[in-house]
Amino acid sequence: MTKSRSELGQIIHGVARDPLGLMGLIIVGTIVFCAVFAVWIVPYDPVAMNIKDRLQGPSAAHVLGTDQLGRDTFSRVVMGGQVALKVALPAVFGAMAIGLTLGMIAGYGPKWLDNLLMLFFDTIRSFPTVMFALAVVALVGPSLQTVVVVVMATSIPTYGRVARTQTLTLRNSEFILAERSMGASMKRILGVHMLPNIVGVLAVLAAMDIPTVIALEAGLSFLGLGVKPPTPSWGALLKDGYSLIRQTPWLVVGGGLPIILATLGFTFLGESLRDVVDPKLRKQR
Amino acid sequence: MLLYALRRFGLALLILIVAVTVMFLMIRAVPGDPVQIMLGPRATPELQARLTAELALDQPVWKQLVIFYGNLLQGDLGIDVFSGRSVTDIVFQQLPHTLWLILGSIIWSATLGIGLGAYAAAHPNTLIDRVTAAISVSFVAAPAFVVALLSLLVFAVHLQWFPAIGAGEGFWDRLNHLVLPAFAIGLSWVGYIARLVRASMLEVMGESHIRTARAFGINERRVVMVYALRIAILPVVTVIGVGMGFLLSSAVFAEIVFARPGLGKLVIDSITTRNYPIVMGSVLISTGLFVVSTALADLINAWLDPRARTAN
Repeated sequence: MTKSRSELGQIIHGVARDPLGLMGLIIVGTIVFCAVFAVWIVPYDPVAMNIKDRLQGPSAAHVLGTDQLGRDTFSRVVMGGQVALKVALPAVFGAMAIGLTLGMIAGYGPKWLDNLLMLFFDTIRSFPTVMFALAVVALVGPSLQTVVVVVMATSIPTYGRVARTQTLTLRNSEFILAERSMGASMKRILGVHMLPNIVGVLAVLAAMDIPTVIALEAGLSFLGLGVKPPTPSWGALLKDGYSLIRQTPWLVVGGGLPIILATLGFTFLGESLRDVVDPKLRKQR
Repeated sequence: MLLYALRRFGLALLILIVAVTVMFLMIRAVPGDPVQIMLGPRATPELQARLTAELALDQPVWKQLVIFYGNLLQGDLGIDVFSGRSVTDIVFQQLPHTLWLILGSIIWSATLGIGLGAYAAAHPNTLIDRVTAAISVSFVAAPAFVVALLSLLVFAVHLQWFPAIGAGEGFWDRLNHLVLPAFAIGLSWVGYIARLVRASMLEVMGESHIRTARAFGINERRVVMVYALRIAILPVVTVIGVGMGFLLSSAVFAEIVFARPGLGKLVIDSITTRNYPIVMGSVLISTGLFVVSTALADLINAWLDPRARTAN
């Protein structure tokens, strides 16, 4: 445990030394901080209506103005971060866990199972993501859970394919052969020996996948097919802002900038993580 | 090559069959009477009885599936119960709008991306290279629908340089209407393609035929533009083919934001009116489009690079 912690420390140190990585860390840190402590940060209740103060521009009282129901945009932006992470984190970790399991089985198991799983991955990938999401939402109805499940289903193949490739390359390496010749069970080989060698690559993938997930959640909410109305999602902000684009540009800016910032932050962090974690690149340093 | 092509299209066909079946079962798996769901609040007993017979819902599921595939092979995606028109006609009427939008986005983003990438590769590790890299990452990070909304706000509502709504009439007006949506969809591709071309360009520049060209005293500009770039842009073809799904997804948002006709607008409108046959028809057509373009991209790649034919 202490060994892995110091390794984690090394990785964080490596990321922080890279200017883009540091920027990513700061942005992601800020977003996570705001999401966790949102309740104490917001100056107003993000769903409290105040018709008297509707459609105001930025002022000392309302930094980013108010929407058509007089709700404070800044409060809704901060709360929106919490909603974005509430969708993104379970979806990404769920997809990673399932993709990892299926991918390792595909890479280590018999050939027919490998072919079957690959066909499964290819089929899911063959739906254009948003079209697939729209079809599911049309059938099941919009909700936060639907978004999480759809996003999870569409990103399983990415993790599965990478985990499979990694397993295939490790499969015939000497330490695995040695373990197998000593009669270790498949569960032990996959869980104890393969897993630690695959999880790092998948973590990088996950960091780079979070922006896609956040954008998809916001996109569905923008179309009115994501989280339900009073919930302050960034996409819902954009939806309100779009219909009022001639009266109040603040809603579009307030909903759009956090999405771009979050995407930038996680992308920078992911790229920097990849440079640090990828053993080939680490040796060159 | 022929064998590879047959195998690749066989796989594409298999994927399509599985995907279509999954979608078919998905509709059937939804709890409740499918006719009730399809017709929604507008269900009258006559309409319900007609649709039940039309969709052969009184038959067992496997028989329904056979009938469904039989119709599909004849290009029949069913009838829109409300207008009485064929779903295939309705979808194919909207499809060209979406395809033009995607084509426009690819053309401008690939041109600029290849230019930037080639320039960065010809001047590696200079300030311009680094600035291009940073801008590339930022562009990649910008989701199409957010860019669409912000550009609508800035260029259509505030500056009023471009129209905000619709697809326009006549060639120049259409082109004018295409600018903002194509900009929004293509922006993230510029950075992506630039990085791709830069990487592949640097690899190509180290190969022996480039060294030979230099040894012959051909000037550097010609070496870069003619001999290196020609090979370095090959990965772009594959990426665009595989990226068809993303382009389609972005197009959905661009069409909504700019109120353009097209596949995306059709799907969203059909979801709000709960017109399921049209939703499913559009998803089917776009999935088919995506599967075919991915297979084509693989084929082009295999044709250009024989090594790709044996890899998995």
